Amino acid sequence: MPKIYVSSTINAPAVDVWKLVRNFNGLPSWTPFVAESRIEQNAHPDQIGCIRNFLLKDGGRIREKLLALSDYDLSCSYAMLESPMAVENYIATLSLTPVTDGNMTFAEWRAEFDCAPERESALAQQIGTGVFQSAFTALKQRFAR
Amino acid sequence: MVKVCQSTIINAPVQDVWSVLRDFNGHERWHPAISFSEIEGGDAADAIGAVRHFRLTDGSELREQLLALSDKDRRLSYCLLEAPLPLMGYVASIRLKPVTDGNTTFWEWSSEFHPPAHRRDELVKLVTEGIYQAGFESVRRLLNGRPVAEPTGATSKQPVARLIPERPQLEPPRTSAQGTRAKAILVERHGGPEVLQLAEIALAPPSRGEVQIRHTFIGVNFIDVYCRTGYFDLLQPPGVPGMEAAGVIAAVGPEVSGFSVGDRIAYACPPVGAYCERRNMAPDLLVHLTDGVSDLTVAASLLKGITASFLLHDVYSVKPGAVVLIHAAAGGVGQLLVQWARHLGATVIATVSSDDKARIVERLGAHHVIVYSRENFAEAVMRLTEGKGADVAYDAVGNDTFGGSLAALGVRGHLVSFGQASGPVGNWDIGGFSSKSITISRPNYAHYTDSPEKLGPHINRFFAALRQGVIKIGAPRQYDLARAADAHRDLEARRTTGALVLKA
Repeated sequence: MPKIYVSSTINAPAVDVWKLVRNFNGLPSWTPFVAESRIEQNAHPDQIGCIRNFLLKDGGRIREKLLALSDYDLSCSYAMLESPMAVENYIATLSLTPVTDGNMTFAEWRAEFDCAPERESALAQQIGTGVFQSAFTALKQRFAR
Repeated sequence: MVKVCQSTIINAPVQDVWSVLRDFNGHERWHPAISFSEIEGGDAADAIGAVRHFRLTDGSELREQLLALSDKDRRLSYCLLEAPLPLMGYVASIRLKPVTDGNTTFWEWSSEFHPPAHRRDELVKLVTEGIYQAGFESVRRLLNGRPVAEPTGATSKQPVARLIPERPQLEPPRTSAQGTRAKAILVERHGGPEVLQLAEIALAPPSRGEVQIRHTFIGVNFIDVYCRTGYFDLLQPPGVPGMEAAGVIAAVGPEVSGFSVGDRIAYACPPVGAYCERRNMAPDLLVHLTDGVSDLTVAASLLKGITASFLLHDVYSVKPGAVVLIHAAAGGVGQLLVQWARHLGATVIATVSSDDKARIVERLGAHHVIVYSRENFAEAVMRLTEGKGADVAYDAVGNDTFGGSLAALGVRGHLVSFGQASGPVGNWDIGGFSSKSITISRPNYAHYTDSPEKLGPHINRFFAALRQGVIKIGAPRQYDLARAADAHRDLEARRTTGALVLKA
């Protein structure tokens, strides 16, 4: 089972970054690759079990289910239900940790999934660099002091 | 109960930070509050349950026990058993995480304890700032720092121009136009020791970006022999050899910051030119000296100590349990390698040329000493390791030992060939190395030390090892500057043990 781990530092207090990323329906507002998003069945975006249905700027559509959200740990886990990437059992967690020295944020994003073995490295690259790192880079720019 | 949590980002890869922090007995190497630490009962520092007994710089003593250690999670937990402060029930954890974006490290240090109510704020502040934040800064300096010996006090930061007029009678002003003369050992042509001739040379005032150093002691190293003979092309005659010295800043040229007249400094770097009373040079690789260390000791050990540091940490990383073969173990670098490799947890097998030298090396802590004039050392290594061979061999002897070193290595062993005191090693067919998958490196001092960034960690490690007694420097043999040729003769004849210095 491929595992992806990407981490970064963001030059803003963790609570400020968390305000932005805790919104399960908020990808269009902070990632560079999501065009629009809605929560299915009119659920609240912080209701565990809700499903976000979003459209990528390249046209792909993804549905993901919120598995866990913790305002105490500043962490959010979700499963991918449908996507154009042909992966199975995809579960990801985005978490933030305060860095007291400089009042910054340590951000981590990890994912595990199953896929055809020959696609592992390409998918790991696509998700690790194309999704997680590019979203972190956008956060870093947004919060640049 | 209070909880304390501090975190920081260290600008180094997570495995580098972890290799420093996972050593439960290693805090004496980096934490400024700790003067001495040992594991009780001689247990391994990574055995769960190990107790570290340590002394702070204020003399108080503490005991802490290792509760958990995970190389997978890069996490370590420990509790306090005894302390002079009421940190009741103190349990602390250190954990590291990689920051993949930039290859740096997130480090979190947290704890819980029950302080008496009236001392709560004081103890929280002590733990937060005195232990955790101070620890962050020390490890940061250790891993990516400038030389430690550099003072961080306000005086060193003040512009040079403001300091100089305070002692105008002691030294000429820095813009002094007239030059001076200095005694130096001048090599007019490459050759034997006899080409080391005393001369008087003209010395201009330091130019832009240079300082003038008045030497006290000058280190004599085998690399100076290679420069003298032309084996290395670092010295083009006519020129002054020498790459290591200690002394005092005598004048400061324009556009130099961080150095003032009267500063005690040392260096161990090209360009050559140390065999003299005074010289001018760029200050980039100068190291400030603190009060605790003498010019004589530094001149005798800086270049060798830096060499030992990169040989044991960068060229090959010696890990606990490794079998390390060290040739010429009674020599300058050899003595440091023996002591330091042992401190790193290696089994040290040393070779020497005589019984007298064997006794010296035994006292330094070598586990096995082989007198190679009497015994085939490769066979001895195989016998001592029950046929497994050495993991790494440090060989600066060259021609006489190179083949034996290869034979003494185990499967996937590594040979570090860092000199050729007995002559060049000749040509070898590397095809034969596949019989044991042997690897070889031929490190060049400059490639590990030619910038402050490369040099800094070795300087830090070396001075820390010196301070803590990990390595001890014996009294060097002293020669007057005019007798440099005698020093070279003795060094080449392998008549000496330990270091040689010239008195400027």
